Order: sequence, then C-alpha cells, then structure tokens
Amino acid sequence: MGHFVPHTDAEIEAMLAFLGLSSLDELFDSIPAALRLAEGLAVAPGLSEPDVMAEMTRLADANRSGRDLLCFAGGGAYDHEVPAATRRLTFRSEFVTAYTPYQPEVAQGVLQALFEYQTLLARLTGVDVANASLYDGASATVEAINLAVAATGRQRVWLSQGVNPTWREVVRTFAAGTGHEITEVRLEEGLTAWPDEGEAGAVVVQYPNYLGGIEYLTAARGAAERAGALLVVVFDPVAAGLIHSPGAYGADVVVGEGQPFGTPLSLGGPYLGLFACKLEHVRRLPGRLVGETVDVDGRRAYVTTLRTREQDIRREKASSNVCTNQTLIAVCCAIQLSWLGSAGLRELALRCARGTRYAREALLALPGVEAHSAAPTLREFAVRTTVPAETIVERMADEGFLAGVPLGDEYGGGLLVAVTERRTRAEIDAYVAAMGKVVK
Amino acid sequence: MTAASGGRATSAPIMGHDEEPTIFELSSPGRSAHSFRTTNVPEWSAEELVPTAHLREEPPPLTEVSERDLVAHFTRLTHRQYSVDLGAYPLGSCTMKYNPKLCDDAASLPGLTDVHPAAPASLTQGWLELLASLADTLCAVTGMHSCTLQPPAGAAGELTGLLLMRAWHQAQGRQRTKVIIPDSAHGTNPASVTLGGYETVTVPSDDRGCVDVAALRERLDADVAGIMLTNPNTLGLFEEDIVEIARAVHEVGGLLYYDGANLNAILGVTRPGDMGFDIVHMNLHKTFAVPHGGGGPGAGPVAVSERLAPYLPGPLPVLGDDGAYRWHTPPQSIGRVHSWHGNALALARAYSYILANGGDGLRRVAEAAVLNANWLRHRLRGIYDIPYDRPNMHEFVASTVSLKKAHNLKAIDVAKRLLEEGFHSPTTYFPLIVDEALMIEPTETESPQTLEALAQALEHIAANPDGAKDAPRTTPVRRVDEARAARQLIPTFDARPAT
Repeated sequence: MGHFVPHTDAEIEAMLAFLGLSSLDELFDSIPAALRLAEGLAVAPGLSEPDVMAEMTRLADANRSGRDLLCFAGGGAYDHEVPAATRRLTFRSEFVTAYTPYQPEVAQGVLQALFEYQTLLARLTGVDVANASLYDGASATVEAINLAVAATGRQRVWLSQGVNPTWREVVRTFAAGTGHEITEVRLEEGLTAWPDEGEAGAVVVQYPNYLGGIEYLTAARGAAERAGALLVVVFDPVAAGLIHSPGAYGADVVVGEGQPFGTPLSLGGPYLGLFACKLEHVRRLPGRLVGETVDVDGRRAYVTTLRTREQDIRREKASSNVCTNQTLIAVCCAIQLSWLGSAGLRELALRCARGTRYAREALLALPGVEAHSAAPTLREFAVRTTVPAETIVERMADEGFLAGVPLGDEYGGGLLVAVTERRTRAEIDAYVAAMGKVVK
Repeated sequence: MTAASGGRATSAPIMGHDEEPTIFELSSPGRSAHSFRTTNVPEWSAEELVPTAHLREEPPPLTEVSERDLVAHFTRLTHRQYSVDLGAYPLGSCTMKYNPKLCDDAASLPGLTDVHPAAPASLTQGWLELLASLADTLCAVTGMHSCTLQPPAGAAGELTGLLLMRAWHQAQGRQRTKVIIPDSAHGTNPASVTLGGYETVTVPSDDRGCVDVAALRERLDADVAGIMLTNPNTLGLFEEDIVEIARAVHEVGGLLYYDGANLNAILGVTRPGDMGFDIVHMNLHKTFAVPHGGGGPGAGPVAVSERLAPYLPGPLPVLGDDGAYRWHTPPQSIGRVHSWHGNALALARAYSYILANGGDGLRRVAEAAVLNANWLRHRLRGIYDIPYDRPNMHEFVASTVSLKKAHNLKAIDVAKRLLEEGFHSPTTYFPLIVDEALMIEPTETESPQTLEALAQALEHIAANPDGAKDAPRTTPVRRVDEARAARQLIPTFDARPAT
C-alpha cells in the first residue's frame, strides 16, 4: 500500500508533532464525524508492480487485438503505422508529465511543439489558424457549431447525414444545453443533398463523408452562402494528402480526428480533436492558442495567447469551457506529420487509396456484395450485403479479420470497410476470400 | 527537517540560451524520414485514383526533415520543458503528483492499444471488464451508484453533469433556469453552466473561506436547478456546512454537483455521496496519477446517485447474466458525449494506479497530501501571508500582500524567482477572492526533505526581494512578453512578419 508516498513513519511523527497533532486522523477534524468513513474504502488492498502488470496483462489478453484480428475497420478510427521515432519522442517524460504551460519560461518545449502543430494543421486544412487541440473529432464538431452559431446569431444547424453518426449523436447531446436546432440533411446517391432554401448558422459536411464518398465542397459552400451560414468541414487529414484542402473551397471552420497521425486505435481514446478556422473568427476560438512573441532579451519565445477568450478569465462568457485538452496527442501529431513530411503524407494517402480500390473491386466481384452508391471513394467505402453486417463481423472474426463497421438503419444497413497503408495485397486477398465464404 | 534535492531541479543541465529553430526552419527540400510497408498492392497513380475535380496537384507543404534532425529537434524541445519527472510541481488545484511508471507500461500493452473501438463486445471482453471494474471502483470511492467513463476531461464531465441535471428536472416536469456557484470556483464551472443552458448565480464566501450559508439561502428558490461545489474548496478548506447546504438545496428541489478537482484530499476519508451530492465528476489526471501531457489528455468520469442513473450517457459496460460483458445504453440516456468510450488508455492508467495502491493505499495518499500541505503552511507562517490560517486539506493559499506593500514583491515575482530556485511555481492569482494569491499543493509524493528545500527557497525569495522583477534569469527564455503576443498575433510560423 502507498507505494508512491515516500514518508517514513518517523517522518510522519515528526511532521505531526510540528503541527501539534498526535495522529493522522486529526488532520481531518474539519470533516464532520458523521461523514467520516468508518470502515475504509471497499477497494481491494494494493498490489505489487508485477502483480498489477499480471492483472493488466490478463485483461489485455482477453481482447482480440491487431495481432490476431487484421483490421479492415475505420469509421473514424484507422489502423495506421506508428513509427518508432514518433512513439519514442511522444513518450519522453518531459512531454508526458508536464502541466498546462502556465509558466512559459519553463514550458517552451510544449509551447513550441504546439506552435508547430498549429502551423502544420493550418497548412493541412488550408485555413489560417488552429487551436492547440480539442478532445476528439466529435467535440471539435460541437465546438465548430458553437462558433458558427455565435458568429451568425442563427441557431439552426444543417448537419449532413454524411457526418459520422456517433459524432452527430454527440452534437445532439450538447444541443440540449445550447438550444441549437439540428436539421439533418439526407444523402442521395451517397452525397449530401443540400436544401435550396432556408436560413442556418452552420452548414456541416464531412469530406470524404462517413460512407467514403468525396463530397463536392462547392455545393456545400453554395448551401452555406444561401443559408447565411458558416461552412464547417469535417475533414480527413490523411485524404488531405490527395484532395483539395477545405480552405481552398472557402471553409470557415475545419475540424477532424487526428488519431491517424501516430495514435494507436486504443479502443477510441485518447484521440485528437483537430480545430482550425479563418483568422476573422480567432476571438471565438475554443481552447488554447499558442502565439509567438519575445522575452525581455528579445529572444523568440512562445506563450498561450488571446487568453481572455478562456474560461478561467472570462468565466460564464467564455468562448468554450475547455481547459484540459489533448496536448500530448497534438505533440504526437506534430511529430508524426514531420516524420511523414510533405511527400510522405502524399504517399500515405496514395497507399490507402490504392489498397482501398484493390479491396473494393475484389469485394464487389463477390456474389451477395454490391456498392452502396456510385459516389467516388478514396480510403473507405460502403457495401450492401445480403447477410447482415453484424453477422459478417462476428463470422469474419473467426477467420482472423475485423471485417469493418456495420452501418445503421439510417443508411439502410451495410458494411463500412477501410484499408490503410498497413494492409498487403496478400492480406487483402485473404480477407476477400474469407468474405466470399461469409457473405454467401 | 533537512532540505534535500529530491524534488529540486537546479542541477538540470542546459547547454545554452539559443533559440531552437522551428521544424520548418530545419526543413530541406527533398529530405524525408518516412518509410512504408511493402504491400505489393497495384501502384495506381493519383490521377487514376482521384477524380480530377478533387485531385490536388501537390501535397500540403508540411516540412522535409531527416529522422535524425526530427529526433534531435524534439529532444531539444524536451530540454526546454519542466515536468513532474524533473522536480516538484506545487501547482495548486492541479495535483501534480508523481505518475508511476508502471502505469505507462500497463497502458502500452498491445492487447489494449491495438483494439479498434468499433469491434463488438464479444471481441473486447478484457476492455469491457477493465472499464466496468474501474467504474465500480470509482463508485466505491465517491459513494455513488453508477458511473460513465466517457467524459474526456473535467470540464467535459461538468457539462455532462449539467446535462444530466437538465434531463432530470425535465423528467420531473420542472423548468429550472439557474445554477449556483461559489465565488471561489474554477472558471470551468460557470463556462459549463452557460453551455448547459443555465444562468450562473454566484454565492460569496464567508470570512472563514467557505460558502456563506445565509447568502446561499437567499439565493435558493424554485428556479434553482442545483449548485456546483468543490469540496475541499479551492482554498483547500473543507466545507464544514456541507450537510446543511445539501439539505437546503434539496429542499427547493435542486441537485448538488461535486467538482472532483480536489478529490485527492479525501480519498478513503469521506465520500461525496455521503455528503449528499447527486452528481460527481473526477479528474483522473489529478487524483489517479494519469500524467497531464502538457495540458492533456485527462479523463473526467461522472458518477451519479441512483435516481440519475437512467440518464447517463451510453453505452456503459455491464456484466450480463451469462457472465459476459456487453454495452448497454440506459433508457433515458442524454446521449453520447464522446466519439467512442472516453480516453480509454487514460482510464487504463488510472485503473492500474488504483490496483497498485488499493483501498488502504488510497487513504494513505490523502493522509500524506493533507499532512504535506499543513506542514508547509505552518512552515511558511510569518514569511508569507496566510489569509485563511486554519487547518487545510491538500492545499492552501498564501499571499504576498504584505511583501508587495513592503518590497513591491508580487505573486508573479515569487513565481518567476521560484523557477530559478529549481521548482515549478504554485498557481498564481487564483482563487480570485485572494489578492496576490499563491495556491500551493505539494501533493503526497514529495518527501519532507523536498518540502523543506521548497520552504527554504520561498523563504530566501521573501528575504531577498531585490532583483525579483528580473527573474527568471536561468531559464531557456526569460520573462515573456504576453501583451505583445496578443497584440501582434502570430499563431503560426506562416503568420510571422517578413524579416
């Protein structure tokens, strides 16, 4: 017990004597006796380090992981390679065990890494300014909507059904508090069919969308202009290596999930909420922002800035309630993007697209499998199957594959399949062969 | 007590005071670090794969560096960064305790990291068991009924709690509009209240530093949805009238929300559920040793009493009658608050920390944290002002009001001088109700010798106020021009003015 409390019994006695107390219990005299736990916590006694690791290993081994379950699932979480350099640097204890950089003189490491992250994200999205991270893709989408509604004064949100369905659920959850009116916009032939009239504060589109279809952002931009709304684009940062940036189409806010850059699948967290916007909205930016400045000697330095947006200063009038964010994952993302470099990002996107096309063509050749729509896809695609998708996933697990993500009723069912740069031709061939048995 | 350098970082080597170039200035055209697996997938060109309308000619310009330069750059950045592993971090309200290394290893097990979040429960039984066991343990620690692990941070937990409050009042057919918050509260509380669709009503603290119960009663009416309290509060004081407060709030049909920022102080000693709280968020990155990562990720689970359990975000991991775990969404759930299941690896770290400490060890954590904070308060008496000089819990608030009057020594000067002395500074200028506040939380993992070294450093600073305005002088950069950063905003490398 108390592995990490250094005090010896003699030291505790000496410290108590200094305080004029005779027992540790007396430290808690300000807590009314009726509230004190008589029996202690109903939590098992502490374990040694090897015993903890044995228990954690037992739990880990009770999962089917990537080693024996080849991943063809995506839907917002992707099985990309994490190189040794990214892993080792991210786990540097100076990054891992630092706090929020409130004392910039001793936090230049984290601050500069975040400044570089913000720059990389602005370049990737094609808009001016990025914050220092939000929790995940869903929370970034919620914050983008909050910004757009505040900027336009319109509560109505046009939310494409091509946006990740669980993220849309999160949007609806938080709309209960903000009062935003969410209108979901249907897909036709795999792409969003925007209304011709009406007013809105935010038009939200995913690019490529949840079913993998590459949306036409000119159409979304037109819808936003007609509706008097800001255009919020939920983008795929890997696809950004091959397709035009959201900023090139005039996106006002660009958000996304940063997990593909250096973060393992990890049952869904911690991931990384990417958030970037045009400079004109910077005073409504949620969360932290790092800026460059100088110290008293004129040396370049970094510091969190425009702090009057934030909750600890602005309190109930803050642009967001975000305090703790995902800094370490943002640093990881900056490292991974630097490791990839410009050409490496292109190559990564290309390799995903190649594997996706190869798998898609082979799957669609199977009886009992057909395309979900004719919309062009890039790194993920949806198929309709005669066998229910949940059944396919269960049976394919016996064959050693995580077959994909089942699509809900709103899409008329089906299976969402993702192929990353990690999948070889032999693995894809084996997957398709197993699918051939399962979909019959 | 003798002073020793266990938690003091003045020996940390620094080779100079040059600027570290950005990764963009290290870029050299054509250089690269990446490598990809050999796949034998047909090598279709970009033009063959992407419709012309969508295809961009060139990739976004990122940077072009070798792996060697990349590793050197980020390693040098780590040498410009203070951390718990380097030395003591007495940052009040943040609970910067030592983060055990075994938790890093536990959360790096491939059986936990290489699991896709959409994999069905039948393939992820280990994860579901871990999460269900953690939820049960957190309920035992807080005295609550059920727990969601989805909120990824404390503020996310707060907003989740307020939406639970809203859903519960709506189910009772009530329209409530206001949430009460003490003037000593964290800024996230009022910010969350706004996002929860409520109006913030502030209740003042009394001269003992606790909620003014008479003032609270004046504010309680049929419009009040609830109250958010941190207990012990941000002055490090236990709200001794909590039972009376709970009764008064419940009498008008309101709910009590417990901000778990300071839960470290009461582990195994008392529980929010026993005090009458209905909703509790925990900061696993404070209390349960999940490292803070330079600002995150954390984890902010929310536990509730039985009557609020039907509204929790789903899906929740539950043990079925057949002995298998499955995901279950409660019937009146407010809906998801995270893309997946929360910051799962942070949850795994916290679980391994709890296993290592056990129920007895967690109580020891609270005892040592409270002992350290009280010892340091006594030790600093007569050197700094102690505005609320009575037995505190895990932290206390000192002030430089007298030193400012005598020597113009402000809280920020002490903070910057302390950096030169090899310690991170305390939290400054918070809570807002104390002038020139230094909020000090030593945590349980610092030894008495480190506390003495910290006390001697603070004593030395108070006795030698000259030159404090020039501090820090030994750090990688000196005092930073924050006003200029806001006035001439440079949020990216590309926004730098041309030189």
